[in-house]
Amino acid sequence: MTILDQTAAARPQARHIPDRLDSPLKAGLFSWEMLLVVVAVAIFVANALATPYFLNAWALSDLTFNFVEKGLIALAMALLIISGEIDLSVAAIIALASTMMGLALQWGVGTPGLVLIGLATGLLCGAFNGALVTRLGLPSIVVTIGTMSLFRGIAFIVLGDQAFRGYPESFAFFGQGYVWWVISFELVLFVVMAALFWFLLHRTSFGRTVYVIGNNPVAAAFSGVRVERVKFILFCLTGVMAGLASVLLTSRLGSTRPSIAMGFELEVITMVVLGGVAILGGSGSITGVVLAAIIMGLVTFGLGLLNVPGIVMSIFIGLLLITVIALPIVWRRVREGQAE
Amino acid sequence: MIRSLARQREIWLAAAIALLIGFVAIRFPAFARPANLMSVFNDYSILIILALGQMVVILTRSIDLSMAANLAFTGMVVAMTNAAFPTIPIPLLIVMAMAIGATLGAFNGVLVWKLGIPPIVVTLGTLTVFRGMTFVVSGGAWVNADRMSAAFISLQRGWFLGLPVLSWFAIAAIIAFYLMMTRTPFGRALYATGVNPTASVYAGIDVGRTKFLAFCISGMVSGLAGYLWVSRYVIASTEVANGYELQIIAACVIGGVSIAGGIGTVGGAVLGALFLGVIGAALPVINVSPFWQLAISGSAIILAVILNARGEKRGGRIILKKAEAT
Repeated sequence: MTILDQTAAARPQARHIPDRLDSPLKAGLFSWEMLLVVVAVAIFVANALATPYFLNAWALSDLTFNFVEKGLIALAMALLIISGEIDLSVAAIIALASTMMGLALQWGVGTPGLVLIGLATGLLCGAFNGALVTRLGLPSIVVTIGTMSLFRGIAFIVLGDQAFRGYPESFAFFGQGYVWWVISFELVLFVVMAALFWFLLHRTSFGRTVYVIGNNPVAAAFSGVRVERVKFILFCLTGVMAGLASVLLTSRLGSTRPSIAMGFELEVITMVVLGGVAILGGSGSITGVVLAAIIMGLVTFGLGLLNVPGIVMSIFIGLLLITVIALPIVWRRVREGQAE
Repeated sequence: MIRSLARQREIWLAAAIALLIGFVAIRFPAFARPANLMSVFNDYSILIILALGQMVVILTRSIDLSMAANLAFTGMVVAMTNAAFPTIPIPLLIVMAMAIGATLGAFNGVLVWKLGIPPIVVTLGTLTVFRGMTFVVSGGAWVNADRMSAAFISLQRGWFLGLPVLSWFAIAAIIAFYLMMTRTPFGRALYATGVNPTASVYAGIDVGRTKFLAFCISGMVSGLAGYLWVSRYVIASTEVANGYELQIIAACVIGGVSIAGGIGTVGGAVLGALFLGVIGAALPVINVSPFWQLAISGSAIILAVILNARGEKRGGRIILKKAEAT
């Protein structure tokens, strides 16, 4: 490698602007989302061939529970990462929100109140993260490593080695209820939320500003975008979605332990990155994230049917994450090598 | 100027630790006895060693989330080797642990160096892969005391010149890292890479290779910690040090290592780890439930980041304006 090559590598890449855009059909066929669809179909077929229990309406319905809660957070996390920030505290927010709901339960709060408290706790936690990042100008990765310990720490202080149980029957609907036949409430909620987030990111001016901030926050500020405020809103949004996931998870499990949702943050971020969102911000799509959520659900559920332990599945998830990101880079290298 | 700021920070942190010890000692004088402080140092020796490795990586604007998983895997392999071949001398096992750890670290490093994948993504992936591998090699089984050889367990428990051997491991690591950071071109390259990668390239530093080597070092250190951990707690399992990667990063952040790269010292990282150590040791003494520890270290991280941000607001470009003015 010559010095010039190295400097080119160290410098942020200048954006390549083609003379003519590819036709929408070609762009669609060779997009990241298309690759994800192919991967998803391949895993689906592999699952169906590997085990006879897979192609069954109830099995497929159970499958959705694997990714819906994490997927809901991934939707908001995608926006946050596109804007150039990250939130590692989402799993801890789930734990804290669940603990607060448990506390409220002890005071005799009913189901609507419990849901409200779960969402409000998420919002407050998100706002706390957002305020630290935007008001004090701190790096979000460290701030949220800190709040991750803080939020889960509070859950541990309240609960210790105890657990809250005895959530009301009506509360169980959110995580265990079915809207129609095999279609669960969680799945319907996920579809609705995915549509809302798709609209927000791809069809509103707010969504545009998220991309602009991720690509160049300084230029965004000079263009009149209120960078700090948008980021603050995104942190709040991520917090609320974590609160929502907490309501679903608590309702599904029927109990609260301080160790609830341990390690979820890594899976959520894996979903987002697998979905084609650039970890450094600036690009990504909701379609990709939804597809990635489905892929992760398929992988874990399929391996589960084959009696593969959860910890071994995590090898697949980890390798999937690295491979899916490395492959296009290697492919591009090889193609550039041929062109020269 | 950066250096004096860092030194100032170390003094403040040392003062905070002394204050903390003094505060606890008012009610429980035994806490400040040298023997007790020595045992706190010994208890947190492994964290100190790990924090030094993490610091090197963070200096180059990277992060290694896979250290704890690397530790678990290496610890498991070393323990299983010891159980199968008890005659292999322990020093050889330690070298083996460091080699395995460095290999895993090199895997991270190659992905960062050759493919340019962001370190946080790479190590997020390998974190789960390494821990999964631990399960696969062990079949989910534990290796416990009765399967480890006596020498394997007792080596770090021995005493040498008035200190446990485990503490000497930490002291040796501190000296080695101090010499590397302040007395070698590689140490300068680590700082330069973090402060300004583009300028570093013009200065003839291979930025990618420097990052690669940093990951090798953090891996090697994790491997060493793997042996120390397994022989200290006399158990090797898949769950060993689960979630510990955050403690390691916390020690660095509290010690003033900037997550943006280029700022951080050996002294800072060590003090950061000791700060967590003193808190951890003080809680049971002042009769606070250990369940408070997590929330307190979380608050300490947030507070440290706020203080770091104050210290780092330095104008790297002001030099030019000054030059114009004169």
